[in-house]
Amino acid sequence: MRTIDLAVTPLRELNSELHRQSDGTNEAQWEILNPRGQHAVAVGVDAPIKVAVRGPVGYYGGGMNKKATITIHGSAGPGVAENMMSGSVVVKGDASQYAGATGRGGLLVIEGNAASRCGISMKGIDIVVRGNIGHMSAFMAQSGHLVVLGNAGDALGDSIYEAKLFVRGSVKSLGADCIEKEMRPEHHQHLATLLDKAGITDVKTSEFKRYGSARKLYTFNIDNADAY
Amino acid sequence: MTYHNPPTTPRKSATFDDYTLSEIRRAAQTGIYDIRGGGAKRKVPHFDDLLFLGASMSRYPLEGYREKCSTSVVLGTRFAKKPIELKTPITIAGMSFGSLSAQAKEALGRGATIAGTSTTTGDGGMTPEERGQSKTLVYQYLPSRYGMNPDDLRKADCIEVVVGQGAKPGGGGMLLGQKISDRVAEMRTLPKGIDQRSACRHPDWTGPDDLEIKILELREITDWEKPIYIKIGGARPYYDVALSVKAGADVIVLDGMQGGTAATQEVFIEHVGQPTLACIRPAVQALQDLGMHRKVQLIVSGGIRNGADVAKALALGADAVAIGSAALVALGDNDPALEAEYNKLGTTAGAYDDWHEGRCPAGITTQDPELAKRLDPVRAGRRLANYLKVMTLEVQTIARACGHNHVHNLEPEDLCALTLEAAAMARVPLAGTNWIPGHGGGGF
Repeated sequence: MRTIDLAVTPLRELNSELHRQSDGTNEAQWEILNPRGQHAVAVGVDAPIKVAVRGPVGYYGGGMNKKATITIHGSAGPGVAENMMSGSVVVKGDASQYAGATGRGGLLVIEGNAASRCGISMKGIDIVVRGNIGHMSAFMAQSGHLVVLGNAGDALGDSIYEAKLFVRGSVKSLGADCIEKEMRPEHHQHLATLLDKAGITDVKTSEFKRYGSARKLYTFNIDNADAY
Repeated sequence: MTYHNPPTTPRKSATFDDYTLSEIRRAAQTGIYDIRGGGAKRKVPHFDDLLFLGASMSRYPLEGYREKCSTSVVLGTRFAKKPIELKTPITIAGMSFGSLSAQAKEALGRGATIAGTSTTTGDGGMTPEERGQSKTLVYQYLPSRYGMNPDDLRKADCIEVVVGQGAKPGGGGMLLGQKISDRVAEMRTLPKGIDQRSACRHPDWTGPDDLEIKILELREITDWEKPIYIKIGGARPYYDVALSVKAGADVIVLDGMQGGTAATQEVFIEHVGQPTLACIRPAVQALQDLGMHRKVQLIVSGGIRNGADVAKALALGADAVAIGSAALVALGDNDPALEAEYNKLGTTAGAYDDWHEGRCPAGITTQDPELAKRLDPVRAGRRLANYLKVMTLEVQTIARACGHNHVHNLEPEDLCALTLEAAAMARVPLAGTNWIPGHGGGGF
C-alpha cells in the first residue's frame, strides 16, 4: 500500500502520483493521511485503484473519477465526486452542496446527510444517501438514479429530465415538472440492486416512493409559464 | 360646407416602426417570445467610430512589404505549463456541435489550423471531427456540462470556463427540438426532440471564491498543463475582469453584446449587456490596476469583422480577438447565392437568423443531414483560412502605417474617435481635438 501524508506532501504531488496509475498497476491500494479539508483531493483518477482518504476533504474530492474506488473517512465539502464517470466514491460522513453534480456514471454513496443540490444536473451517476438531502436536489437531473433513505428538502427534482428519484422519507416539496410516479416491479428490482451495491441491507424497497419528470415542460408552451 | 383636411404624406411612427409592429403581431399570434440566433442588430457605438491617425512628422511608418510586423501571440503564460502560441491574434470563438453541423465544426477546425490559430468547442461537447482537424482546440467548460469528461479535458489544448456570453450575459444556452438529433441527444444525455434549455449558472460553484477552487481542480486534473480561460459577457467589465484575475485565469475572454449566440430570446440579445467598444477599456484598466496587463491575456469578441476592427481592439489593449458570426459568413452563412432558399424561409440573405430552426440552407446551423451535406468542410475551411489571413494582413498594414513592428505595439494614442460616445467609451480623443469626454483636455 502507498501512503501519502498530505501534512508533508503537496497536493500536486499526490494527484500527479495518482494520475501515473493506469489499468494493471501494481500499486492498487492507496492511503491518504491528513487531508485536513484540502480541495481537489484525488481528482481525475483514471485507474482501478482503491484510495482511502483518512479525514475530511474540501471541495471536489474525487472529482471526475474514473474506475477508482475512493472512500472518504470523514465529511466532504462541496461537489464531491462531481462529474464522476465510473468507479465509486463513498463518503463516510456528511457531504456539502452539489454532491455528485453532473456525474455521468459510477456510484456515489453518502453515509451521512447531503446538503442542497445533491445530484444537480446528474447525467447517469447513481447516488445513494443514507441520511437526508437538502433543497433543489436533482435540479435539471438528466439521467441516473438518486436514492435517499431519509427526507428530501424543498423543490426536489426541479426541471428534471429522465433521472429517477427514490425517497424513503418525506419530500418537503417537488420542483417544477417533478411528480410522484408508480413503483413498478422493475423499479423495485433496480432499487434493490442499487441498495445492494451501496451495502445497505436494513431497508425494503417498498418503503420508497419514486419521483420523475411529468415531461410537461419538454417543449415551450406559453400556458406553462406559471410553472417557473 | 364640409371641411377636408388637406392630405399629408402617410407617416409611420418612429416608436412603433414596422419591425416593432410585426413583433407585436407575432407575439400575439404565437404566445411565445421571439427566439433567434446572432448578436445585437441594433446600431451601437462600435469600432467604425474610431480611426487610426497613421504616421506623420512625429512618427515614422514601416515599409509595407519589407519591414517585419509580427502577429504572433502567446496565450496562457501566467500559470499553465504549456501556453499556446498562435500565428495570428484572431481566434475562433466557441460554437457548439448541435447549434452547428459536424461539417461546420470541422470546417472551423480546418480553417483555423491553416491560419495558425485556435478554435473552440461549445455547449455540446467535443466531437472527433473537430479535435481531429483543430491543431489548437479550446474546450469550453459550461454550466450545462454536456458531454464533459476528463478524457476530452486532457485532449484539449486550453480550457475555457464560460461564465457569460455577450449576447446574453446572465442567460443559458438554448437548443430547440428541431436540432436535437440522435447524435446531439446522445452527446448531451437528453431525450431526442425536446426544447433544451441549458443552465445559466454553473452547478457546482457560485462566485469568484468558488471559481478559484474549481480552477484549482481543473488544473489538478490536467496536471497544470493547460491554459485556463474565463469567458465573460460584457456586463461589468472592470469588476468581472478583476474577479477573473483573482479566480486564477490565465486568459480572459470578454464578449460584447454584438457577439452571437445560436439561439436566445430577441429581448435578451438586444437589451442586456454592453457594446464591445464600451467593455475594452474598463477591462484593460482592471488588468493594469492589478499589474496583470499582458500577464493575463485579454481576448475580445463581439462584432469583429475585419482587420481594422482587430487592430482597434488590440490598440485599446486586447491581446487577441475572437470571431464567431464572421467566421460563419466566411464558411457560407447568409450567402446571396442562396437567396431563393432564404426567401422560402420568409427572409433574405444577410438577415437570416432563425438558426434555432435548423433549416439553414448553407448547411451550417443545422442538424438535418441533407442540408449539412451541402457544406464541404475542406472548401469551407479554406474560405475561412483565406478570410483569417486577409484580416491578419490588414492588421499588419495598419500597424506598419502607425510605425509598429508588432501588432501588440498598437496603442490608444494611435486612435481618435468620430463621435462623442466612442471617444468616451474608448477613452481616445474626439477627432480634431485632444478632448476625451470624462477625462479632461481642451479643444484645438
